[in-house]
Amino acid sequence: MPRITLIEGVTMALAHELEKDDRVVVLGEDVGVNGGVFRATAGLQQRFGAERVMDTPLAESMIAGMSVGMAAQGMRPVPEIQFMGFIYPAVDQMISHAGRLRHRTRGRLQCPMVLRAPYGGGIHAPEHHSESTEAMFAHMPGVRVVIPSSPTRAYGLLLASIRCPDPVVFLEPKRIYRLAKQEVEDNGEALPLDVCYILREGTDATIVTWGAMTHETMKAANELDQKGISCEVIDLATISPIDFDTILESVEKTGRLIIVHEAPNNCGVGAEVAATVAEKGIYDLKAPIRRVTGYDTVMPLFRLEMEYLPSVRRIADAVVETLED
Amino acid sequence: MKKTVAEYRIEHLQVLDPQGELVSDLPDFARDPEQLLSMYRLMTLTRTFDTKAINLQRTGKLGTYASSLGHEAAHVGIGSAMRDEDIFAPMYREYGAQLWRGVKMSEVLLYWGGDERGNDFSGPRHDFPWCVPIATQCLHAAGAAMACKLRGEKRCAVTVIGDGGTSEGAFYEALNLAGAQRLPMMFVVVNNKWAISVPLHLQTAAETLAQKGIAAGIRCVQVDGNDVLAVRAASEEALARARAGEGATLMEAVTYRLSDHTTADDATRYRPKEEVEEAWEFEPLLRIRKYLQSQGMWDEQREEDLLRECANKVDAAVEEYLNTARMPVSAMFDHMYDEMPESLQEQREIAIRYEGSGGGH
Repeated sequence: MPRITLIEGVTMALAHELEKDDRVVVLGEDVGVNGGVFRATAGLQQRFGAERVMDTPLAESMIAGMSVGMAAQGMRPVPEIQFMGFIYPAVDQMISHAGRLRHRTRGRLQCPMVLRAPYGGGIHAPEHHSESTEAMFAHMPGVRVVIPSSPTRAYGLLLASIRCPDPVVFLEPKRIYRLAKQEVEDNGEALPLDVCYILREGTDATIVTWGAMTHETMKAANELDQKGISCEVIDLATISPIDFDTILESVEKTGRLIIVHEAPNNCGVGAEVAATVAEKGIYDLKAPIRRVTGYDTVMPLFRLEMEYLPSVRRIADAVVETLED
Repeated sequence: MKKTVAEYRIEHLQVLDPQGELVSDLPDFARDPEQLLSMYRLMTLTRTFDTKAINLQRTGKLGTYASSLGHEAAHVGIGSAMRDEDIFAPMYREYGAQLWRGVKMSEVLLYWGGDERGNDFSGPRHDFPWCVPIATQCLHAAGAAMACKLRGEKRCAVTVIGDGGTSEGAFYEALNLAGAQRLPMMFVVVNNKWAISVPLHLQTAAETLAQKGIAAGIRCVQVDGNDVLAVRAASEEALARARAGEGATLMEAVTYRLSDHTTADDATRYRPKEEVEEAWEFEPLLRIRKYLQSQGMWDEQREEDLLRECANKVDAAVEEYLNTARMPVSAMFDHMYDEMPESLQEQREIAIRYEGSGGGH
């Protein structure tokens, strides 16, 4: 079984679906000959040809809009937006069309596309290359938002997203593209969407997180373990729609909830998790819910970006404070 | 019956050919030796700076950097045609134009070194900062030109975009507005043939990028973008027309990206070596230097002195950049709003409490 990185999990899933399903077309800026600026599509054009792995003109609205058109006519486009910071011209197509097509045609047309984009901070990138704006897509009815946090889930969740008959925004945490390797078999087995993944079982507090922050959160949980504090860590994985059953079950057990995300606090996906746990599980809570998030500032350029990202210490302190409440 | 209702043509301007021979009338500004020498000196400084910036990135002292190698004539030509009161809305590699306008090299380094203070530059304070989201700056330039027009000011806006950027909607929207409103502005398409790895023929089926302005009803010209005299002459004409109320111009400057897209890119993956080697024969410094030599205005000694002077200036800028300490964590919260909301003040305190706790890994 090959030991691969998260980004290689993406490549492996794309190759698998290109091989298996003629309807799948990968498209975007620099995805062809260059193999993507992060190498996510490396070798795919050589293997499948320029019509299946297509370099497009530089226009994100066009990339999303043509994908809606292709998807509505029975193809399975997997467009790439080079960085999340350039995804905003595509937002119009996603909110006005991709998420609505099935509903407004009463199921006559559907939009099975996967809009992929690397996102998040921590790689010393230039301006507009480090933001986390997943909440914007989570706010779009009809659009799924999926974020893998490991090579295994990158492979399995991307397969599931491509096979999903609904539009998916698949956001790849680029800070951990090459952070860790896992053995992943290219067996074409998808992982389920719309469910959380429990990364670590625990009894004292539940920490909900996703993407690159799973790493800091797991570190904090391991440190707390040394002090006799047992944390359950849940990877949201599908940011929208959220699997609240798993979260509520965990909170019922631990009575405490901490949410960790890199995106700004205000109207972040953490707010949705907190609100629903307050609505449906408030009597299980022994202490107020805490959020450890990016700040409500513009994502700073890289000299300060590590100060912006939630640190292991901030996460661990929040857990301890919650237990002291 | 069928008849032709409209016909168009695109003119190409070259003043100096690649050998430095004069092939058009000498523009007025080029009769002043001081002007010619200033332009050549700044082109050389820009290139010296560029080489140093790439080295800084390679040695971990700078973030990702977008090189301007090969674009010196286009950028200095634009900058030298503008007046201080004009408004510049660049993309992200127009250092030649910006240095001409008074931006400091240390400020360019700060920006690519991950520090917002680079955007607070000392060039014209009304100029726009670098603009990474492709083509969005074209609309800002159109808006700036609209402001000038509404206030009856004799000022122009100038924006620069690459060949790849001409595929974006924002580019066409700005062109259209400039035409419909006769805006006092100039669009410059610096066509360097490559949008990262995507060659021009995958970007468009049009013969020229200059003609992209035809449908917007604005004046369109193409210039040899490796010829600083042609770029400046065409820019001066465009800006004079704009100031006279004759509307906008789209100028395509045809050049070549001699570098990788940025230091994060490796062009050998997708671009034939021979193409780059050939492009070096047309590079912009060569022909203006040859012209200056032929006019008795330049020689080897002066070249040697200039290179030393440029190296010293760049070294001083690098030192200033490297000696600029990181802003405190509280700077993240400054300038977010005119007045800081209470919720942000609370977050600011948290950030200060956790300063240096590592973040990330």
